[in-house]
Amino acid sequence: MNAPTVNGGGSVAIQPPADTAARAVKVDIRKVDFFYGANKALKDISLPLHENEVTAFIGPSGCGKSTLLRVLNRMYDLYPNQRAEGEVLLDGENILSAKQDVNLLRSKVGMVFQKPTPFPMTIFENIAFGIRLYDKPSKSELEGRVEDALRGAALWNEVKDKLHTSGLGLSGGQQQRLCIARTVAIQPEVILFDEPCSALDPISTAKVEELIDELSAKYTIAIVTHNMQQAARVSQYTAFMYLGELIEYGPTNKLFTTPSDKKTQDYITGRFG
Amino acid sequence: MASLYHSRKRRNAIAMGLCVGATGIGLAWLFVILSTLLWNGAGGINLAVFTQMTPPPNVHGGGLLNAIVGSLIMTTIGIAIGAPIGLFAGTYMAEYGRYEKLTTVTRFINDILLSAPSIIIGLFIYGAVVVPMHGFSGIAGALALAVIVIPVVVRTTENMLLLVPQQLREAATGLGLPRSVVVQKVAYKAAKTGLITGLLLAVARISGETAPLLFTALSNQFWSIDLTREIANLPVTINNFINNPDPNWKRLAWAGALIITFAVLALNIAARAIGSRSATK
Repeated sequence: MNAPTVNGGGSVAIQPPADTAARAVKVDIRKVDFFYGANKALKDISLPLHENEVTAFIGPSGCGKSTLLRVLNRMYDLYPNQRAEGEVLLDGENILSAKQDVNLLRSKVGMVFQKPTPFPMTIFENIAFGIRLYDKPSKSELEGRVEDALRGAALWNEVKDKLHTSGLGLSGGQQQRLCIARTVAIQPEVILFDEPCSALDPISTAKVEELIDELSAKYTIAIVTHNMQQAARVSQYTAFMYLGELIEYGPTNKLFTTPSDKKTQDYITGRFG
Repeated sequence: MASLYHSRKRRNAIAMGLCVGATGIGLAWLFVILSTLLWNGAGGINLAVFTQMTPPPNVHGGGLLNAIVGSLIMTTIGIAIGAPIGLFAGTYMAEYGRYEKLTTVTRFINDILLSAPSIIIGLFIYGAVVVPMHGFSGIAGALALAVIVIPVVVRTTENMLLLVPQQLREAATGLGLPRSVVVQKVAYKAAKTGLITGLLLAVARISGETAPLLFTALSNQFWSIDLTREIANLPVTINNFINNPDPNWKRLAWAGALIITFAVLALNIAARAIGSRSATK
């Protein structure tokens, strides 16, 4: 294959996939370091998240993949002694700058956690709660948006008759989809999934994976997973991290079939991790 | 082998025997106290206790109405002043300043205040309020009770909020909710029953306090709800009446003790009921 040579461009560290036209970069992570106190947990991480694509982060426990996700919505701000250096550009704006309104950022960059975290309120309120914070919709409009969000999370048919019962009464898989619905309801641009299926059974996992695939039509998605099959199933790009470093990043099919780094190969073939 | 096993079994039996024995002794005293109270107090309870004023010595009849109302007023004001302060301080410690030095210091001081003898608090309010105001007053009594309420509510608020999983806060934060909304709508909601239980326990704690009222509200034989003057209350009335040879006063003292005990018991049961109702939800 003859890639046309372009002169005069900046150095491009990451090659776009040859077989698909690369989409626009939604989030550009540039030379990010992260510290827990004096402990450096991320070392010089640079990679893009492409718009409307799913990027998976894999790697053994403690490699920093969740940490990186928590940089993208500045969740680490909640804790003292945690800080990030470098730049993360969301649509060209550096979200790590002190000027960034973190609440506004988090409304644009939603997050779904490892364990389902429904709020102690009704199913309806779990979703309406976030909507009301940004909008003052009429009652019927609010109901419509709650329904849309639940449909978007493939949960509507299961809960439409019990919207006003506690969200804590749902099964684990339903709770996780409720959390996804809650995130979708406030119309973010990017959704971060931090091991969203690790507490779910295989059927619920399949539903959530299907959902992630559907959501990628509208949102830019980053997912951290321990399950390499999952990464292969849901993502278009995969990043392999190890000991706080980004070892390899590329199109998922390439990374899983012809990894260019020995460590990546060892990890995906189960030799360590 | 066998001897080791037998000696372990024997030790287990002894330890269990001691535990059961201790439980039995504890319960026995409680039973004796409650039955003495019922035995002596139940006979004194009649409608007049709730409708008439405390009588002068050596007459028949009379009731405890002024003392009951005085206690209710001072308890209510004490809670109204102490609970919000405790709630806000506890919220600061668990939510805003969890990692701050101020929180560690506050927690330490709060624990001292929590175990301070209530008579010291009475003396403090005596010096701080009664002396400058040139007289005992209901408001001084209420303030003394408020000072007792604060550490109780601070402690329960902080503990209950710390029990709220951090994930829930992160989830709410992840939606872009500002800290204040996360605290009010998510953390308080998740900790609601614990917070209410703490409040009820604070009410229970102050409704029987005698020492801090002796130096502050004193007592009053007549009907008075003027907060700037001495005000009748159950604990001090019981204290005054039980030490008097007048059998009518003794009867009323026992009746008052029974009323307080059952009010506190009812509050504790209510706290339990609220707690277990939410636990099953």
